[in-house]
Amino acid sequence: MTAINRRLVLLLPLGIAGVAGVGLYSMLDRMRSGKFDPRGVPSALIGKPVPTFTLPGQGDSPGFSSADLKAQGRPVLLNFFASWCVPCIAEADVLLALKQSGQPVFGIAYKDKTEATDAFLRQHGNPYVQVGRDAAGSVAIDFGLYGVPESYLIDTTGTVRWRFAGGLTADVVRQELAPLLKTLT
Amino acid sequence: MIPELGHFALALAVAFAAAQFIIPLWGAQSRDVRLMAAAPALAYGQLIALMAAYGSLVWSSVIDDFSVLNVAENSHSLKPMIYKISGTWGNHEGSILLWCLILAICGGAVGLFGRNLPSSLRARVIGVLGGTSVGFELFALLTSNPFLRLWPVPLDGRDMNPLLQDPGLAIHPPILYAGYVGFAIPFAFAVAALLEGRIDASWGRWVRPWTLASWSLLTTGIMLGSFWSYYILGWGGYWFWDPVENASLLPWLTGTALLHSAIVVEKREALKTWTVLLAIGTFSLSLSGTFLVRSGILNSVHSFANDPTRGIFILGLLALVIGGSLLLFAIRAPVLSASGLFSPVSREGALVLNNILLCSIAAVVLTGTVYPLFADLLFSAKISVGPPYFNATVLPLTVPLFLAMAVGPVLSWKRAALGPALMRLWWAALGAAAVGIVAELGYRAGSAALAFAAAAWLILGSFAEIIQRIRLFQVPLTNSLSRLAGQPLSVWGGAIAHAGMGMTIAGIAGMSLAQTTIVAVRPGQTIALAGYEWTLLGLHDEKGPNFNARVADIRVTRDGQEIGLFHPSRNAFTTQTMTVTNTAIQSSQIADLYAVLGEEHDGTAVLRLHYNFLAPWIWLGALVMAFGGFLSLIDRRLRIGAPARRTMAVPAE
Repeated sequence: MTAINRRLVLLLPLGIAGVAGVGLYSMLDRMRSGKFDPRGVPSALIGKPVPTFTLPGQGDSPGFSSADLKAQGRPVLLNFFASWCVPCIAEADVLLALKQSGQPVFGIAYKDKTEATDAFLRQHGNPYVQVGRDAAGSVAIDFGLYGVPESYLIDTTGTVRWRFAGGLTADVVRQELAPLLKTLT
Repeated sequence: MIPELGHFALALAVAFAAAQFIIPLWGAQSRDVRLMAAAPALAYGQLIALMAAYGSLVWSSVIDDFSVLNVAENSHSLKPMIYKISGTWGNHEGSILLWCLILAICGGAVGLFGRNLPSSLRARVIGVLGGTSVGFELFALLTSNPFLRLWPVPLDGRDMNPLLQDPGLAIHPPILYAGYVGFAIPFAFAVAALLEGRIDASWGRWVRPWTLASWSLLTTGIMLGSFWSYYILGWGGYWFWDPVENASLLPWLTGTALLHSAIVVEKREALKTWTVLLAIGTFSLSLSGTFLVRSGILNSVHSFANDPTRGIFILGLLALVIGGSLLLFAIRAPVLSASGLFSPVSREGALVLNNILLCSIAAVVLTGTVYPLFADLLFSAKISVGPPYFNATVLPLTVPLFLAMAVGPVLSWKRAALGPALMRLWWAALGAAAVGIVAELGYRAGSAALAFAAAAWLILGSFAEIIQRIRLFQVPLTNSLSRLAGQPLSVWGGAIAHAGMGMTIAGIAGMSLAQTTIVAVRPGQTIALAGYEWTLLGLHDEKGPNFNARVADIRVTRDGQEIGLFHPSRNAFTTQTMTVTNTAIQSSQIADLYAVLGEEHDGTAVLRLHYNFLAPWIWLGALVMAFGGFLSLIDRRLRIGAPARRTMAVPAE
């Protein structure tokens, strides 16, 4: 092996590490801007009408149906959650902030007991206009739910405009949801 | 007050680490003996500061100080004391602090045990460790501070994930991290050697004990993790090729390769460049594993709270540590002069083959782990790589590895003849064939029978080197026995570690023959599985410290003889509204009886029953491997500094 070749071989590990590093950096960068989601599978619902459903509410309070989502006069956020899901707890503050900013949020309690949902909402705050109970998880199937928490933005015509699988963070709201809401209103 | 002290101690540790990084390296470069001599003291200072920081975190958790955000998010006043302590490393912030602590312990250990290293080498090793510490401690301080306060103070904490409230998992992370981080020492030795531009046999001798210690700890750590998933997740599996598991397997594979190539450096002064690269690569894989898990890039069941911002910080850190060391490698490696020629058929040749195979396995596991990510990035393709890929690619590579594992130790150094070596293993080959045939006839399971044969080959073959060394049946028996007593511990260690691998393989093969059934039964009903009768006696409720348990009582008998009472349960954790299955396992030396309680419906309970043949051998084998490593470690010849006392003159100070 000539000296030059040997040099090149010795540079190889650095080159591989460098390429991997650039790749990982662009993944992280796109994750931050929401263009890359290693967890998410793209939702087939984007641009389609929201699936039709009617759900019962918590205890005595009324539930809601897909028609109610269109009737708000502004885009609504539909949030699947469950009391047994840890990221849902982490997400609670972000949803409360959205509620305070005037954004209507509808909640679907996915495969959860009424008492457990009640306790969850008491402990971590209730950001929802209405809570529907999807005890059997059948509505979740229509949505192609990836897991909880998961959020959908539905515009006034009842079309799904955006989907986010996983806990919402302030960054996601600022970088994705807020700009989208601006274009819709 | 205590958390603020911890916060301050962490900041102080950064300052110490920075000094530990700069002063000794500068001293070594400018040949200033006083600056070099400061290295151990700085490492101790950093260690004491970090012990204080970690101690204050543990203290806050123990006294339920919920004004500390980290404690409030991960603890609960009702949580048992052991989990209040283990909870400190069960979350992102605390585990990073533990990383830093272990890294500081490494620096301190080199300071303490490395008194006989040449002073410039010791200064450089400690300096490199200090540089790595600076990065991780800054990461803890700036993005993952465990001492942040919370206001208003909540009445109680959110409690820890119930899955993690388990004694096995309480000790799993510290041991695993000690293994991961321990590879920082061989890494530091490699970088120091590149800076010095010199590697000789004594370098190999100094690096080996540290590699052995980290390797043994990593082996134990991986084994504990696998055992945890076996009995807590209740799926009956023990390895899922989950990205986090792969992240721990990768440094283990390259670390095993490093362990063996360092022998060649020590005995023959060959493979120097390669060994340095392996040392850098092993620690790089340890670090990258952490990065992939913490940044949220990898999709895993083990995920921590992920955050791309933290990911960018760690990536920058990796770029400095890995990129810097590989750049140094590219520049300086040509300086390392090669010597010690050997023929392909020789002990060295076998160790090279071992390295090639281990690194190939590491490469296919790495490919399978990161391929989905890069496919997504480059081609926007959503794919997942699962166990079928890993089984199809890893298993074929293990066949030559296992074959060579028994042959290598009986080859002589420099130049060997393959024929006589194989002749010496005839009885191991015969034993392996017998085991394979019996297994095939008994179980009619082709690949499992092959694996059993491989296991027998390894276990029998591991002791071939010792038998050869004591010249059994070639000299009188008493003569052989006195030779046996004189064998160095490292020879025993190697043989035992290889045999442990054989045990693990036997366990894996046995598990593929496991018998399992899922049944819905009423109290009083009996199920027959694998020659045992399992009777559900009844179900009752029990109250734990922070959970309510639903417990099944199952009596297991065999031919009317009672084997044991099983109490699998489902524990509903009150604070996290989460249910955890608690598997009941009774282990004999050759099989596990394993029972899981499922849902209940109108008076019937779902039970999952397993008869896991040879399952305990999987973990037992791993422990035996770690024990072999430990035996080698306490071998006099390898004891750190012992050889140096003879060969090195201590520089005048």
